[in-house]
Amino acid sequence: MDRSFHGSANYVASEELLQAVNIAMALRKPLLIKGEPGTGKTVLAQAISSALNKKLIIWNIKSTTKAQDGLYVYDVVQRLYDSQFGNEGVDNIEKYVRLGKLGEAFTADEQVILLIDEIDKADLEFPNDLLWELDRMEFHIPETGRTVIAVQRPVVIITSNAEKELPDAFLRRCVFHYIEFPDRELMEQIVRVHFDKLDEHLLDQVLTAFYKIRQLPQIKKKPSTSEIIDWLQALIHGGVNADRVLQEIPYAGVLLKKTEDLEALRRNWR
Amino acid sequence: MFRDFLYLLRSRGLKVSLTEWMALMEALDKGLHKSSFSGFYHLCRAVLVKSEADFDKFDGAFLEYFRDVPFQQEISQELMDWLDRPDVLTDWANYDEETALKNMGLSEQEIEQMLLERLAQQDEEHNGGRYWVGTHGMSVFGNAGLSPKGIRVGGQSMHRRAFRVAGERKYRDFRGDNALDTRQFQVALRTLRQFSGLVDRPPTEFDVDGTIRDTCDNAGTLKVRYKRPRENTVKLLLLMDSGGSMDYYARLCSALFQAVEKAGHFKDLKVYYFHNCPHGNVYTSPHLLRTDAVPTQWVLDNLSGDWKVIFVGDAQMAPHELMGDFYARRDDRYRCGMDWLRAFQQRYSHIIWLNPSSRPDWGGYWSQTYDVIDKAFDMFPLTVDGLTAGMKKLLSNK
Repeated sequence: MDRSFHGSANYVASEELLQAVNIAMALRKPLLIKGEPGTGKTVLAQAISSALNKKLIIWNIKSTTKAQDGLYVYDVVQRLYDSQFGNEGVDNIEKYVRLGKLGEAFTADEQVILLIDEIDKADLEFPNDLLWELDRMEFHIPETGRTVIAVQRPVVIITSNAEKELPDAFLRRCVFHYIEFPDRELMEQIVRVHFDKLDEHLLDQVLTAFYKIRQLPQIKKKPSTSEIIDWLQALIHGGVNADRVLQEIPYAGVLLKKTEDLEALRRNWR
Repeated sequence: MFRDFLYLLRSRGLKVSLTEWMALMEALDKGLHKSSFSGFYHLCRAVLVKSEADFDKFDGAFLEYFRDVPFQQEISQELMDWLDRPDVLTDWANYDEETALKNMGLSEQEIEQMLLERLAQQDEEHNGGRYWVGTHGMSVFGNAGLSPKGIRVGGQSMHRRAFRVAGERKYRDFRGDNALDTRQFQVALRTLRQFSGLVDRPPTEFDVDGTIRDTCDNAGTLKVRYKRPRENTVKLLLLMDSGGSMDYYARLCSALFQAVEKAGHFKDLKVYYFHNCPHGNVYTSPHLLRTDAVPTQWVLDNLSGDWKVIFVGDAQMAPHELMGDFYARRDDRYRCGMDWLRAFQQRYSHIIWLNPSSRPDWGGYWSQTYDVIDKAFDMFPLTVDGLTAGMKKLLSNK
């Protein structure tokens, strides 16, 4: 392996995750990443792209996204309109075929990183519709008779929040990694990457409070990595005395996003 | 290579396919395990296991298969020779109480760290001491040692280091057959959907095919067509047992209720509560207040037969509550609880019973009603797996 991923300046990854990324790249299979919200699934692709110095193409999946959208879109309505007014180039179907994100990644001259973000948002059939394309890295456009074949196999990173089960046939083709919630030691590293200078006492208090809140059984939506970073930002910006952090949990609204969780914190915090 | 491991994994319920196995072989060929045992473990897991719910099963199988593999990596042959001293096995002369207590307090990580340091420093044979790697000493490593805790080096096998990873089995909570939180319930509930374009909604979706067809019919002048959006047509009636023996499962039931509420993709949703078994009234709140009562007959009359019904209850009650006519008034059409349940069965073809409790086997009394209901309904345990199986049943009714 000439190029492997070792984390980047602003992304701290566990040893296992680094290994999973390198396995996926060596086996040329998509890497499927699952994990709690806010554990940095999406950021991982950005970190890989900057560490390997490759372009990143992001395909954000929504509930309405269809597999076809990622390959190409044949703008039939535009063509219909153009034909009504006798515009030029109506005969040229190529003009109305626009490549989607996957097509873009295939046709790129250099190897790119393709992030398929939150694949579980789409319909149940969505992953199955992409099996062939991700396996062979090619697809056919019947309208123009053209076959798009990947110039350089892109590195495919897929994230999922496990809102839906993914089909077995799809899973078989992936390398899987589950991002665990970072323990205190790793979290300290992660936080340090995001802040240049940190008051040690403040950091210690914040981490203690953070893991204590996460352990409260009454909290429904547990705060995660992105929340602790926002919280530290808020505490530093507000110039809060570090000794107050554990006692009062200032700016709790940054950590907890639900009113019932804030209420639970107020009642159960000691 | 270790083909038996593939079959062991499969027999443990992991759906490892040949594709994945070949991928693992390819990866080993390319040296992706980096010639280390923990690297091998992570490689196997990344390639073969595709859900955190299966991590625990994998850990169990991995532990079972590789338990007796001798692990000699990072230990020099010279050291192994020093340690090969079967003659000292029963020598207790070097026992020291104080060091023993100190060693008891060390965690495995600390011991491991110390071992790594010693391995880097040690350049001669040490036996009977309390610091270096050696035999019959008080240090935490070596073999035939007297320390109450430590890592065995040499002798027969040294596998602990590798097994700290798999041995912790920290993914136990993710197992699919555990009863879990709302999110996973929600995932299971998502499968309960039947899409149809035949819903009574205004046509708002652009219909490409219809537009093209009608435009052609219209001699090429554009005629735009819209169609009705496809929508979930599933209507769900949830009936939950509340109070009494169900209090033990309050948290689980509340998780299920929230998941159903949040799912939000049902065409219609009604939730009623009852105690032990529905009789003449069901209730709109779990407190079963008289003001919240709704006649059960009203539910049967007004919710049509295409509703899908889920009962949630432990099915354990005094037998007369289910079979006796204790609560019945003279003019009641339904004499006992079971009659009401049968009325639900006649009205609704898609019906399941979710049970948070397993069959009580410590006495005949409570299992009586359990068995009657188990026989009459398709009963599933209230776990993620059970709910998923139940949803399939509700959809297919096979």
